[in-house]
Amino acid sequence: MKISEVKDLLDAEVLCCEDDLDTELCSACGCDMMSDVLAYVKNQAVLLTGLVNPQVIKTAEMMDMRCIVFVRSKRPNHDMIRLAEETGLVLLASDYTLFKACGILYLNGLRGETN
Amino acid sequence: MAEAITFHFDVDGENFTSAGNASVQVKRKLRHLGFPADVIKRVAIAMYEGEINMVIHADGGSADVIVSPEEVKIVLADRGPGIPDVALAMKEGYSTASDSIRSLGFGAGMGLPNMKRYTDSMEIDTKLGVGTTITMTVKVA
Repeated sequence: MKISEVKDLLDAEVLCCEDDLDTELCSACGCDMMSDVLAYVKNQAVLLTGLVNPQVIKTAEMMDMRCIVFVRSKRPNHDMIRLAEETGLVLLASDYTLFKACGILYLNGLRGETN
Repeated sequence: MAEAITFHFDVDGENFTSAGNASVQVKRKLRHLGFPADVIKRVAIAMYEGEINMVIHADGGSADVIVSPEEVKIVLADRGPGIPDVALAMKEGYSTASDSIRSLGFGAGMGLPNMKRYTDSMEIDTKLGVGTTITMTVKVA
């Protein structure tokens, strides 16, 4: 699934790296606990989360992710967006809850993969 | 790269926002040096977990990364309170982190086990009231 499809399905706003919306995503995870993302997640390309702090961006970078979707109408600040731009991470923002956003992506074929 | 290169970083224990900056820099340097993607990812995750731990538990410290064609060695040293029971600290899910740290997305008790999981070797040298030094190695081949 392309990032552009995630954006459309979740009615999301693109916050940065709009040129990379054609990037293909193989799997996804939804989590507010970065410790768990670092411990259990495997080869995930997109992170859905309601947590907003710079460590979310760094965690995604460490895990070689390509996209973060902030749910529940959460918005990262300018410093976070700049950090994501340096990394080349696409940031999206959706008004959906984490549960609903994950459910929509799952129904449309995106799966999760854990260690 | 014929000889080993050492990168040194000071980890600021007062600033959670900047935690992980050293790991981000190391990841970019290793990528620039042409290391394999899986090696870079293992080094980055292990160091990032350690860096976060230093900020959460030990008011920061120093990080030295020694890079050679054969391996990447990460040495994290702090002057924090030390680890009273290393075996207990290595158990998945055991954490002494505060609720405020958990609200930031960390403190699930996965840091040390995860550092061990992603590295080929890990040694913990700790003394109560003096500090902790963790040495991790990721082999390249």
